[in-house]
Amino acid sequence: MKKLLVAILCLTMFLSMASAASAAEANVIEFWTFAESHVDLYKVMAEKWNAEFPDKPIELSVSVMPYDDMHNKLLIALQSGEGAPDMVDIEIGKFANFLKGEPQLLPLNRVVEPELDNIVRSRVDIYSKDGNFYGICFHVGAAVIYYNDALLKEAGIDYTTIKTWDDYAQAGAKFLEATGKPFGTVETTDLWHFEPLVFSQGGDILNKEDGTPNIDSPEVKKALAFNQDLIQKGILALAPGGNHHAEEYYGMMNAGSYGSVIMPMWYMNRFTDYMPDLSKQIAIAPLPVWEEGQPRSVGLGGTGTAVTNQATNPDLTMDFLAYTKLSKEGNVQVWKVLGFDPIRSEVWSMPELRDGDTKFHQYYVNNPFDVLMEIKDEIPAITVSEFLPPTSDALKNNVFFRAYEEMADLDTMLPEENAKVK
Amino acid sequence: MGVAFLKKRQGFRAFFYSQKAAPYVFVMPFILVFVIFFVFPLISTVIMSFQSVLPGQVRFIGLENIKRLNDPEFFQAIKNNLIYTALTLALLIPFPMIFACMLNSKATIGRNFFRSALFVPILTSVVVAGTIFRLIFGELPGALANQIVGLFGMGPFRWRQMQGTVYMILVMLACWRWTGVNILYFLSGLQSIPEELYESASIDGASTIRKFRHITWPMLKPTTIYVLTISIYGGFAMFLESYMLYTNNRSPRGMGLTIIGYLYRQGWEQNNIGYGSAIGLCLLLIVMVINLVQLKFFGLFAKEDK
Repeated sequence: MKKLLVAILCLTMFLSMASAASAAEANVIEFWTFAESHVDLYKVMAEKWNAEFPDKPIELSVSVMPYDDMHNKLLIALQSGEGAPDMVDIEIGKFANFLKGEPQLLPLNRVVEPELDNIVRSRVDIYSKDGNFYGICFHVGAAVIYYNDALLKEAGIDYTTIKTWDDYAQAGAKFLEATGKPFGTVETTDLWHFEPLVFSQGGDILNKEDGTPNIDSPEVKKALAFNQDLIQKGILALAPGGNHHAEEYYGMMNAGSYGSVIMPMWYMNRFTDYMPDLSKQIAIAPLPVWEEGQPRSVGLGGTGTAVTNQATNPDLTMDFLAYTKLSKEGNVQVWKVLGFDPIRSEVWSMPELRDGDTKFHQYYVNNPFDVLMEIKDEIPAITVSEFLPPTSDALKNNVFFRAYEEMADLDTMLPEENAKVK
Repeated sequence: MGVAFLKKRQGFRAFFYSQKAAPYVFVMPFILVFVIFFVFPLISTVIMSFQSVLPGQVRFIGLENIKRLNDPEFFQAIKNNLIYTALTLALLIPFPMIFACMLNSKATIGRNFFRSALFVPILTSVVVAGTIFRLIFGELPGALANQIVGLFGMGPFRWRQMQGTVYMILVMLACWRWTGVNILYFLSGLQSIPEELYESASIDGASTIRKFRHITWPMLKPTTIYVLTISIYGGFAMFLESYMLYTNNRSPRGMGLTIIGYLYRQGWEQNNIGYGSAIGLCLLLIVMVINLVQLKFFGLFAKEDK
């Protein structure tokens, strides 16, 4: 009996030593994300890394958690100084929370600074504080407009002639008359459709100087008034389900109920995945502006990947992060695997990407990269401050609902809502 | 060494068999759980509600968090919870009580079937139930609720964007889920009422209604008070139902916002844990005051006074 016990003990000791030895060889990088699709990119890049640097192999240990769940857990882990992963995806709407106080993330300046000239700088600026970069984005998130070209042609509209919001309104009236359908939709619970209308005027929902809430600015008012007018005329409809990610909306859009939708480039994969019936019908175009010469896009959304101060091997983790998100190869894979507009701009004009044969090339009427090249110098970044979460909440909860559903008077409503943001 | 070991062992025996120590040993697990998971968090919540809690920068800010509670959004959340709780109490106490009486009566056909059928909804998760209710009350003409009102020539309505219908959906969801559980409480209460009381009442010629009024109702009082107390807490702690109805913690103009939803938004979504703690304390106070008043009013403490 005793001998058996000793034998078992020896075996367990041996096994645990063996596993400890193999763990020392491949460095485990613990990684949290809230998006299953992001994992694909990291897996591809980890394989490439191990092939390229056999002397310092890595092993990814990935945990995919629901959006809120993951950000909450991370907040607790960083606050309490225990239990955080090495590397983590933090969504831009939540990032400001992690920059409050003393950031518990490591500055990525060592890997970011040498690449600043090669990437769209604003995509690291939005994750920075006091000159330190704490996150690297997946994509530019250039806002564009998607037209249902087949429906537009039926109504006798050429989308390439829509240059200004006035043109858009006129085309919308013509579309409504010809088809009886709304030309587009506005979101009542999200910001994507709305921000481009503000940014092309040079405005923002936060003050550019001090980052305070800016809901009562003339630019916001002008954008809301424009939408109110078109809603009353029936040219714009309220997005069913409240936003462009609702099942109800996908169904209606897929059934050809609307002529256009304003969303960032990363919305491309929502079309291919959720609205398959519109294949070969959707054209991507730069956004209209108020007056020609204004920027025809804005970088929206994003996920900053960060390295926490609890990382066991910070330098290696940082190098792998840079390899995945800053290197040329990494950016090629961002497009190929995820269909996002990569942050490294030289990649956009690479012929093998531009003329590739991905599901996106097959789905859209025109080439997404042509649009991206056309607007590449017209993609301003949004202002980020700790007021971003409450300010966007105010817009999503109250401002849009009151403006679009209740048709509230903007002159009284906007200052009221702006004052409420704390 | 052997002697010492024996002595020690005897010490243990003595300890376990001691009439003084044993009760403490038996209640120890509860005390430990209570202290670690209730008392300690409560104290740290009180402390945090006077702090600004950020990594590396935890500092006391006096009454700042308490002052911030003067927020129209918070009042909206309290109002929602009050209305929701009042409506659920008005429906979820009388009806389950009547149903329980019916199910307890031997005259009811298929009572075992109804007992289990009414209990099934609580076994579904709130997430699933909330999602299904969201789809039923969708805003497109094809949603079930809109099809039904369409038969009467009305709608389609945007159910989740109107204050009245939001309360209606939430209360319906609560009734659907909790009726069975409350029936169970009342059934167990009914079964502890001695049969003889009803028999003698019948001999005296009492009607069914009088029997209910003078036997069932007073004998069920402890059960009713228990159900009332947990329902008040449940009403004020409601969160997931409204969260699932909107697929996130946001509803237009705070129509579906609850106190916990507000706590979650401020504490986690906007990383103001100190302020979140103050909201949590406020919720504790509200529920405690209402329940103490209610218990006093219904005379639960009266026994001890006598």
